[in-house]
Amino acid sequence: MDLGTQRVKAVVLKDDVVVGRGQMFAGFDPAKATEQAVNDALKAANLSLLDVNHFTATGSAMDLAPHANNTVSMMGADAKAGVFLIPQARTVIDIGAEEARAVKCDARGLMMEFVVNERCAAGAGAFIEAMARALEVKLDDMGLLALKAERASPINASCVIFGESDVVSLIHRQESKPEIARAVFDAMADRISSMIHRLGINPEVVLVGGVAKDPGFVASLNRKLDLAVQIPEYPEYAGALGAALIAATRAKGASK
Amino acid sequence: MSTTQEEFWRWHEYHHIMPNIKPADKDIITAGVDVGSVGSKAAVMVNGQAYSWGITRTGSNSPESAKKALNFALKDTDVDIGNIKYIVGTGYGRVNVPMANKAITEIACHAKGANFIWGPSVRTVLDVGGQDIKAIKIDETGRVVSFLMNDKCAAGTGRGMEVFADLLQVPIEEIGAMSLKVEKEPEPVSCTCVAFAKTEAIGLLRKGWSKEKVLAAYTRAMAVRMANLINRVNLEPELVVTGGQSKNVGIVSRIETILGVKCLPTPNWREGGLDPMAAGAFGAALLAKALYEKEQKIGE
Repeated sequence: MDLGTQRVKAVVLKDDVVVGRGQMFAGFDPAKATEQAVNDALKAANLSLLDVNHFTATGSAMDLAPHANNTVSMMGADAKAGVFLIPQARTVIDIGAEEARAVKCDARGLMMEFVVNERCAAGAGAFIEAMARALEVKLDDMGLLALKAERASPINASCVIFGESDVVSLIHRQESKPEIARAVFDAMADRISSMIHRLGINPEVVLVGGVAKDPGFVASLNRKLDLAVQIPEYPEYAGALGAALIAATRAKGASK
Repeated sequence: MSTTQEEFWRWHEYHHIMPNIKPADKDIITAGVDVGSVGSKAAVMVNGQAYSWGITRTGSNSPESAKKALNFALKDTDVDIGNIKYIVGTGYGRVNVPMANKAITEIACHAKGANFIWGPSVRTVLDVGGQDIKAIKIDETGRVVSFLMNDKCAAGTGRGMEVFADLLQVPIEEIGAMSLKVEKEPEPVSCTCVAFAKTEAIGLLRKGWSKEKVLAAYTRAMAVRMANLINRVNLEPELVVTGGQSKNVGIVSRIETILGVKCLPTPNWREGGLDPMAAGAFGAALLAKALYEKEQKIGE
């Protein structure tokens, strides 16, 4: 179970294979939302709560998780899931709604070092959301819009609040929306890139978290890092998958 | 323009003329125009004495905002723009002040302006503008010794305060006094990022916190940020605050508490005292006088 600030996600693992996934908006009651996400994931797997040997929770609200036998740090879950999904991965970037993390890991999926941005909305999904609102574009359309641009508009992208005012004045000047959208992603990519350069870049980079689904951001990040970051299927479930992998290890340990 | 219910961020523009000064032809009349991201300020000086000033909201166009501010400062005075010998432009939009003879950074202008408003004892200036915060160390002549700036983040800036005023639906000119109406100072909000603080504030209001208490928690967090910047530049008294937030008593009094130092008092700008929000414009007008005199000397 991954209790994120915006969404909660659940993954059911059976013999190291993902058999069910579920997600819900966290809302005001993350515990209830998690319960629902777990039920959906179990339903997809044709299993019931009684079939589950071990529950592990992660995410910013992990302490509120129902059923949890134990918890794992978000960085630990990222490392585990990143290497499970892409075995040669040694750097895992996870960008969620309000937080971004870069984790260096070893071949076993153990976390070695990490860098986190959790104090500033400009380095997380919240930035793209705020800019999409200012641009009056649907969040899901931002990426495709940005891909149409040849260049980026100049915006103050260091802060959500300043970025919003800049986007509004660019719209008044009738600048092209694709170029503004591209500027938003370029700015995010700049921040993430400086974050992972602090870690020292390991060539096999995996990108997970909700923002990984945005083709506009991925294009900007690849340009910035001058490499092709790998994106697994269902990147938003990476945290929950990492927690499920930890749960599997615990369950095996307990049955011995 | 009247204040509408939906625009709590909208502060009042105003201007002032010193009644005791009568400009004559032989006088050296100079002006400073400080185009900031939120406010555009202009000051007119006669022989280095403050004569009139105007404070207006910056529009989307910098040259227009510069003209508007200077015209506002000149309104109802005996000075015409043609009588001004030298104009210095400063602020975020300084390169877009069309009538300026020269552009000078706002750091130098605020340093000079603080020295002009409060006198030679000022050593540390905290300038809180619309979109950045600067801690400036100055010498007894008002020259910059060193400075630190935070321009990457809206926390504590005028723009950040406007967002908060709108969120809480409290007129921006009242948030400072309102933030002091708490029996006990609450813990500061945990995250200073304005985008996150908004979410946190909404949560606190839902929990039943009063607007006063939420404002106190937010203002406290912003004051801590500013105090940290002042400490990093090595605080040396006397300390003064310039820029729009100099009028926020909630900010100024908390900075004093955190640092354990009294700021030199903010002049009574409502009654014609030199307005610390226009410090940059005053400094620019003084530097304009010096530049004009230098030019005249070379010309002789």
